[in-house]
Formats: sequence, structure tokens, C-alpha cells
Amino acid sequence: MHALSVSGLSKIYANGVQALKGIDLDVEEGDFFALLGPNGAGKTTLIGIVTSLVNKSAGRVAVFGHDIDAELGLAKRCIGVVPQEINFNQFESCETIVVNQAGFYGIERREARRRAEKYLRLLQLWEKRRTMSRALSGGMKRRLMIARALMHEPRLLILDEPTAGVDIENRRAMWEFLRRINASGTSIILTTHYLEEAESLCRNIAIIDGGRIIERDRMANLLRRLHTETFVLNTRQPLAVAPALAGHVVRLVDEHTFEVELTKEQSLNEIFARLSALGIEVLSMRNKVNRLEELFMRLVRPMHGDAGAGGQAA
Amino acid sequence: MNDLVTRSGDRRQVRMATIRRVGFQTILIREFGRIVRIWSQTVLPSAVTAILYFVIFGSLIGRRIGPMDGFDYMQYIAPGLIMMAVITNSYANVVGSFFGAKFGGYVEELLVSPLPDWVIVLGYVGGGVIRGLLVGGMVTVVSLFFTRLQVEHPLVILAAVLLTALVFSLGGFINAVFAQSFDQVNWIPTFILTPLTYFGGVFYSISLLPGWAQTLSHANPVLHMVNAFRYGFLGVSDVEVWRAFAIMLAFVVVLYAVAVALMTRGTGLRQ
Ligand SMILES: Nc1ncnc2c1ncn2[C@@H]1O[C@H](COP(=O)(O)OP(=O)(O)OP(=O)(O)O)[C@@H](O)[C@H]1O
Ligand SMILES: [Mg+2]
Repeated sequence: MHALSVSGLSKIYANGVQALKGIDLDVEEGDFFALLGPNGAGKTTLIGIVTSLVNKSAGRVAVFGHDIDAELGLAKRCIGVVPQEINFNQFESCETIVVNQAGFYGIERREARRRAEKYLRLLQLWEKRRTMSRALSGGMKRRLMIARALMHEPRLLILDEPTAGVDIENRRAMWEFLRRINASGTSIILTTHYLEEAESLCRNIAIIDGGRIIERDRMANLLRRLHTETFVLNTRQPLAVAPALAGHVVRLVDEHTFEVELTKEQSLNEIFARLSALGIEVLSMRNKVNRLEELFMRLVRPMHGDAGAGGQAA
Repeated sequence: MNDLVTRSGDRRQVRMATIRRVGFQTILIREFGRIVRIWSQTVLPSAVTAILYFVIFGSLIGRRIGPMDGFDYMQYIAPGLIMMAVITNSYANVVGSFFGAKFGGYVEELLVSPLPDWVIVLGYVGGGVIRGLLVGGMVTVVSLFFTRLQVEHPLVILAAVLLTALVFSLGGFINAVFAQSFDQVNWIPTFILTPLTYFGGVFYSISLLPGWAQTLSHANPVLHMVNAFRYGFLGVSDVEVWRAFAIMLAFVVVLYAVAVALMTRGTGLRQ
């Protein structure tokens, strides 16, 4: 069964912007799915249509087999959504917000209170339960949006940039939390501009750009397709010129740092052997960018012509 | 570790009928909470205004006016003042609350939920009716300090006040759907509702007016509401009571249909 099935989906906004140009996308039940794309690609529009915040111009959407044209209520019953923009009533307390949200999904008040405690505790907001939402920090608001989306224990959780503005520690905690939610059988669709996040969490991935899906694969397959990787090496001795490593693209960054490109067939051992022979001692090494990020840039950049044309990835 | 969330296989889907019932109740509870939370904006002003009206028009000026339709002036205007509070408050509640939800973005909490549009409209309108009746009740209590209220037809009173609250709650909802700014929330109450109410027979019997003005007054729906309501108390009316009820019912049906249609089309709510 598909948690989400989208076909031929198009959206033209009232101002004439065509945000989606015929999207076809299936997400399996139980999947942890990344929806990536540069700013303005159409991610939020797609999510908006699935959650009925945006009216589609053409196409079909079904959530667990419920077509949103024929069985909108049944479809929405399955979805929990964490929107990109914070949208609380500023004057309501955390507890009121989540309890009411449960009510809109038919959860009786007593049960809603029980779940409010459970999810507010899980998201470290229980101490803040009587605090008005406007008095929360940005990161707390993000966590409250997740608690709110989980109150009716949806089969499909959709998160639109849930970790934007969340500090590193909280982001890691959120990842762990989402992994566990997914392990309990909840399908998850996530958008993010932190590609490290998508790489570490998601099993399947779609990249959307200019309203079209330009890539759709298993995360592992996609990463395997990455042919070259760039490593950044730091040396003990200062270098005047980049070390000559035949068969590799090498670039000097500063006197203690240079970059090497490696294709899949080339080995790191060989590089180190040759550097040793040259008497260059390497102190540390890292990937230039995260692997998914590298791939993402290659896929998305060409469509934007020049670099910096709004295709930034992180 | 995975008892974190109920495992998907153990989750029971809530029935749509339950969603509609509990969802409706939840909107009412939330609206009531809002009325109580900002009581100094929601219930206090009308109570204060009512006291002023009773003191100035009733006690000070009213004594010079003499009887109206055979009742002393204070007795005559009391039902009108109650109705005025009901009209103002039911309208203000829904337009304020729903526009606030739209403006603050939290209307999305409802839009993404499985609640059908007609239940959402019903919930907000229910909130308006609650506030209308609450404040109407308070003004009634206030009026008892100034005059004696007789009750001729209690059922007429109840039906008239309920229908009026419904009409103006629905009006407030539609206003909120179209409003783009807070100015547009205040525009209709100031420039349409207040004049209609003041010319709607709250303070006088239209029999005092010249013929053309009487005819014109009959086109004012508020006149019918106020008079039906007053008929319930005093047994006198400037209009035919059955027609007043027909008008109110027609307004309720038409405005409700319009409100739901606007929601479904997503006017001002869904892009
Ligand atoms: N309400 C709207 N009216 C008109 N155009 C819109 C509206 N919302 C979005 N758009 C346009 O639709 C396109 C897609 O926007 P969308 O918000 O879906 O992108 P996104 O992928 O979510 O981007 P981001 O990563 O910045 O959140 C953009 O060109 C945007 O300007
Ligand atoms: Mg977006």
C-alpha cells in the first residue's frame, strides 16, 4: 500500500506562477522519505495540496488509498503535518494547542489530555505546558509543532523543514525521535535543506526542482552513483604548490590545505603512498561536502545555469 | 523503545462521525475559552454600554419622552438594547475569532484536519451564538436594575434571540472570510451594522415615522428581529411576527449555505 500516491499533479497559483508541473510520486507505507529541492522548487506547494491547504490545478492525490477528491476526510485523518511556517495561536498554551488539535481529529478530551502529557514529555515541553506559545523559543516552537502533529497518531507524518533554526543538540535528538516514530510504523515524508539530515534519516529520496521531479531513487543507489568525491587534506609542512599527483585533480587551498578529487576506482591508499614518497605528512582529512550535498549540487545546479542562481543547498 | 508511539497495527482509526462530534465540541470549547480569556474585550464593553444607555436614554431622557406604544420608555427599549448586544457580540465574536485565526495562520490547524467545512462553520457560529446569548443575558440582568421585564411569550423570545444570533454569527463568518485586514473587520460593523441597528426600532416605534420612512424601515431586517423579540416580552410589534421569523430563517439558511460554499471554494483560505 502506498502511504502517498501522486500522479500528474500540477499547480498554477492565481498570480500565474506554475509551482508544480506534473508531479508523479509514490511513497511506500513505512518509508522514511526525503523530498529535497532548492528554494522555490515546489515542496511546500506539494505538501499544501496533500493537506488541502492549496487547491490543485490538475492531477490525483491519494493517501493510503483515499483519493482526496472522493474521500478527503478519510485521507486527512491519516496525515499529521508539521508546517514550514510556525502557525500557533500566540495566546494559547502548549497544552491547549495540542489538546484542541487532537479534538479536531476526534480524540475525546480525556484521551487527548493523556496524549498531551505523553507527547509534550517526549518533546521536552511538559514543563512548558502552561506557557503561551509566543513565549517559547524558536526551537521549542518547532518541537511543539511536532507534538501537535502526532496527537492523533497519524499513519503518515509530513514534516516541512522541521529542523530549521534548531540547534545541533536538539536536531540530533529530533532525528533520534523521528527514527523511533518511523520504527513504530509511521511513514514519514521530510523536507530539509540539511542534506546530512536527509542522508542519515531517509531510505528513499526525491529531488524536485522547478516544479518537476528530477530524481527519485533509494538513498543508497543515489549515493553509489556519485562518481567522484572531493577530500580536503591538511598537511604539517607548508606547501608552496599543490602536490603533483598524476591522474588526480589537485588544488591548493592555502599553504597547509589542499583538495584532491577521487573517482570510485581510485584508492586513498595510493594517494597516501604517493604523498609519503613526496615527504608530505597529512594531519587530517575530511570530505569537502557531505556526499548527498555533492550529488545534489550536481543535479540541481545545471538547471539553474550559473552557480548562485538560487540553487543553494544548505 | 518502540512503545513511543502506539504501533501502527494497534492504532484504531477514529470514525468520521466521532470526528465531527468531538471536533465541533472542541471548536466550541476553544471559542468559549477565547471569550473568557479576553473577557474585558468580549463581555465587558456591552455591559458597560448597556448601563450607559439605560442611565441616559432610560432614566434621564426617557422620563421626558413619555410612554411608547403604551409602555414606559425604559420598558420599551430594554428588549431592543438586549437585541443590540446580541447582534453586536455574535457578529464581533465570529469575525474577530475567525479573522484572527486566518491572520495568525492557525486556521490551518482546522483546514488540515478531517473536519468537514460545514462543521467548521457550525463551530465558529456556535461560538458567536454563545457570546451573543451570554452578553444578551448580562444586559438582561442589567436591565432588571432599571425596569421590570414582563414576559408574554417566552418561546418567541428564545426563538428570536437564537435566530438573530445565528444570522449575525454567520454574517461575521462571511465577513472574516473576505477580510484582508483588520480595517475590513471593523468596516461592516461600523458602517452597516450600527446604522441598521439604530434605525431598526431599538429606540422608537416606527409608527412615529412618516409613511415613506416606515416603508423603508421594513426593508431593514434588524427591525423585524427587534420587533419579534420585543413582541415576546411586551406583546406589541411594529411588524408581523410570522414574517419576522420567516425573514430570520431565510437569512440563516442562505448565509449558512454561502459560508460553507466559501469555505469549500477556499476563498481567502486555500490558495
Ligand atoms: N501563495 C502563493 N502564491 C503565488 N505563488 C506562490 C505561492 N506560494 C508559493 N508560490 C510560488 O510557488 C513556487 C514554489 O514555492 P514553494 O513554497 O512550494 O517552494 P519550496 O520548495 O517549499 O521552497 P522553500 O525551500 O523555499 O520552502 C515558488 O516560485 C513560489 O514563489
Ligand atoms: Mg517550502
